[in-house]
Amino acid sequence: MIDLRQSAHDLNRFRLRVVFAFVLVCAGLALLAARFHFLQVVSHDYYLTRAEDNRIALLPKVPHRGTIHDRNGVVLARNDVTYTLEIVPSRVKDLEQTLNELAVLVAFDARDRRRFMKLFEESRNFDSVPLRSRLSDEEIARVISQRYRLPGVEVKARLLRDYPHGSLASHVIGYIGRINPRDLERIEEAGETANYRGSQHIGKAGLEQFYEAELHGSTGVEQVEVNAGGRAVRALAHTPPVSGNDLELTLDIELQRVAEQAFGARRGALVAIEPATGGILALVSMPTFDPNLFVDGISTQDWKLLNDSPDHPLLNRAIYSTYPPGSTFKPFMALAGLESGRRRIGQAMPDPGYFMLGSHRFMDDKVGGHGMVDVHKSIVVSCNTYYYQLAHDLGIERIATFMAPFGFGERTGIDLPGEARGVLPSPQWKRERFRRSDQQVWFGGETISVGIGQGYNAYTPLQLANALAALVNDGKLFRPHLVRHVVDTRTGARRVVEPEPLREIPLQPAYLKAVRDGMEGVNTAGTGRRAFAGAAYTSGGKTGTAQVFSLRGQRYVEGRVSERLRDHSWFIAYAPADKPRIALAVLVENGGFGAQSAAPIARQVLDFYLLHQSRETPAAEDGEAEELEGHDHDDDEHEHGSGEERLP
Amino acid sequence: MTRSRWQIFPLLRALFAPLDPILLAILAALLAYGWVLMQSAAPGRMDDQAIHYLIALGTMWLVACLKPSRLLSFALPLYLFGLLLLIGVALFGDVSKGARRWLAIGGLRLQPSEIMKIALPLMLAWFFQQREREFGVWHFVLASVLLLVPVGLILNQPDLGTALLVAAAGLFVIYFAGLSWKLILPVMVVGILVLSSVVIFGDQLCQPGFDWHVLREYQKQRVCTMLDPTRDPLGRGFHIIQSTIAIGSGGLTGKGWMLGTQTHLAFLPERSTDFIFAVLAEEFGLFGVLGLLLCYFLLIARGLVIAATASTHGERLLAGGITLIFFTYAFVNMGMVSGILPVVGVPLPFISYGGTALITLCVGVGMLMSIQHARRRARRAR
Repeated sequence: MIDLRQSAHDLNRFRLRVVFAFVLVCAGLALLAARFHFLQVVSHDYYLTRAEDNRIALLPKVPHRGTIHDRNGVVLARNDVTYTLEIVPSRVKDLEQTLNELAVLVAFDARDRRRFMKLFEESRNFDSVPLRSRLSDEEIARVISQRYRLPGVEVKARLLRDYPHGSLASHVIGYIGRINPRDLERIEEAGETANYRGSQHIGKAGLEQFYEAELHGSTGVEQVEVNAGGRAVRALAHTPPVSGNDLELTLDIELQRVAEQAFGARRGALVAIEPATGGILALVSMPTFDPNLFVDGISTQDWKLLNDSPDHPLLNRAIYSTYPPGSTFKPFMALAGLESGRRRIGQAMPDPGYFMLGSHRFMDDKVGGHGMVDVHKSIVVSCNTYYYQLAHDLGIERIATFMAPFGFGERTGIDLPGEARGVLPSPQWKRERFRRSDQQVWFGGETISVGIGQGYNAYTPLQLANALAALVNDGKLFRPHLVRHVVDTRTGARRVVEPEPLREIPLQPAYLKAVRDGMEGVNTAGTGRRAFAGAAYTSGGKTGTAQVFSLRGQRYVEGRVSERLRDHSWFIAYAPADKPRIALAVLVENGGFGAQSAAPIARQVLDFYLLHQSRETPAAEDGEAEELEGHDHDDDEHEHGSGEERLP
Repeated sequence: MTRSRWQIFPLLRALFAPLDPILLAILAALLAYGWVLMQSAAPGRMDDQAIHYLIALGTMWLVACLKPSRLLSFALPLYLFGLLLLIGVALFGDVSKGARRWLAIGGLRLQPSEIMKIALPLMLAWFFQQREREFGVWHFVLASVLLLVPVGLILNQPDLGTALLVAAAGLFVIYFAGLSWKLILPVMVVGILVLSSVVIFGDQLCQPGFDWHVLREYQKQRVCTMLDPTRDPLGRGFHIIQSTIAIGSGGLTGKGWMLGTQTHLAFLPERSTDFIFAVLAEEFGLFGVLGLLLCYFLLIARGLVIAATASTHGERLLAGGITLIFFTYAFVNMGMVSGILPVVGVPLPFISYGGTALITLCVGVGMLMSIQHARRRARRAR
């Protein structure tokens, strides 16, 4: 009986708990019902819209990138149709296995694989990642036939950037590369995200980078119904993409080729400018590299080879490296002396072979001196003593004030990224440059060094070439530029890039003539006479030798040290002398005395530009046949050379 | 009734006598729901699912035919067997998707944690039945150990979802066995406090680098994704975002059978398994949803009535525990699909594609039927 009552008590207690549980269950179901009411009735419209958006996806249609031509229409950068093997990460189950299976079908080495893994990690999940490009027909067939058991593997026709001339003018053209996270940030900042949806490449260097906005074009849109895998089910609407604009350069690729070959294996830079417009005719930085390596994502080995080379092939010496101008600064100094009235034409002074400042003796190259020296002679024989005295008489402030308008120490504004400013030394510059007060003081001796283009002077070859162009263009300074037309590929409309005069430096024609006479003397009787012996045109020039101080980041490489400590060789030149069509600056790193290595390069470039091109003008028929032969010969050599330059 | 003559009707009646008609009707409704939805979500899986249905119903019938006392006598061996398998998984199990959950025996792949969903409540019901008269605190301590060992092993796999379900199944039995309210109430209060603080301070808690100690990183991410699906729209949040879109866009009456865009354009992940509820909500709307909720409500109500009227203590505990498991399954799955609970791998009971879960659930239904049948027999005998 007690047992039974106990049991009844237990049962009641249990039932109470059942009721409590039932209440909780009801509460839970009510909560769910409330949630569904909220989703399906209260927020129904919102979610219905979301569902509609979901069905319709906007697929980007990537535009064709604009091509790049030289001034004669020779193609420098174009798009090639190639078939690429690509993998969509989100659709692959076992990547390792997929890659192993693909390895049987298509040849790709460990390098392709590593590069792929790198891209794979950076990729957005629904984008396809290229494994190999330039598939052969046979490879395509093999992959396609096996595709059914390789989900996420695709063969796509892609337009791949191609630089047909390889390493020629690579520093000018630059290259494109795959968009990386940093590029994405920049794109986002520029508000271009929508336009780059679907784009895989972006200009990374040179004109490809500078004119990215022109070349890229605008991305089209295809409205499609898709599933969650991103697969289009059917197309609804279509806005076609607009191809990027083509670029037509002022650069003459044949001239560029001659210039690059003239350098041979030597390091250095050359900039040739059309003085009347500021158009760049050739812009050389040696050694060069093959931009085709970058298009698909450069392999680690290739990158190491380029980046770790003591020759720094990726460095654009023409616009980024700065060097003291050496004696090529003297024509500008001479002009400063005349314009300031400190020197007169024909006024001669004795050169004992040295200049005394206080107790310090500044030596001339020629022991015993050049005798009596005037402006003309000072340029022709490159007399240091004359310019020591002149710099002392002018003072550093006046020198800096006179040189600045020529663009020394300021960026020229060329249409290439990554230009260096250089250094036009002055007491003010020194105060800003150095922190310690004892280093900020300007010493008189430093002015003397600046007078012969040494000391703190540091300019890019481009700056020197452009300053020379202004000098031979009666003081009219242009912004140097590489692009002369931007061509709309749809309409064919050509937008002319007008020469942009930066300033007109007021100079006395008589003084200009005196200086240019001196420079002509250099090539007929002075330091450049051997290089320009027998030239079929008149020309002016000036040699220079820049004392070497250690390059930034330069590593000690045994066996090359002695060569690397040699002076840099400069030569600036223009031709024809009376009405110059070309002005150039050549720098050969560690080339020694200017007349030795730089001047012959200048001669070859001027010969080619003035004589080979004069085929169109009947004036210079004599030199034509001869030069034409020389040119053909050069071409053969180049083909041979470029084959070797391509990296293994 | 003569036994000499072979009669068809009494035999049939005897065969089907254990099947409770009310439970059978509810189950039929649920399976019909599942059948219709499967045709829309994954027509290619219909054949397999039909076989699952047959096996599950057959198992249910077998279980229903057994007496509850016999069922309870299986408790200890089944529990020990399950435990052994779990240890086997921990030592030799196959790793798939970063978790060690499967055990390959011959050509069979077993998920032993599934057995525990039935074995644990059965074990605890049997355990408390043995000690009906002598309640002590240490009984509850011992019961907790019985519960924590398998749950710990499953958590270690790691499989948070199953561990929670198994733990819940055990806790329900302990609750019905008479766990002191003094213990239950504080735990509930703490639970509610923790939940609300997670919801309120979710932003701070979900900062990367903030270690939760109790949960693994992937579990933390699931909770954080539930709180704010947009933090990872293409990854973990994708499931929740797409399923809420599917549910919300269904509206009152739905887009119509086979016409759900979310479903048919494949935006909905796992649409034939864990997220099949979203197919229902999208194609049949709130009305379809409420119909399903009603089915679950009836199932649970029927189960609780069976529990309340069962004849022995062990049967009561078993029936109550099983019934609340049905509720937990349904609540967790629908809560997860509609974005009020974190995503844990729990199927929608009786509807999602898959044989294992369906069989487990039908074994549960079979047990309820067995208990109900025993009571009817006892009453008739009286």
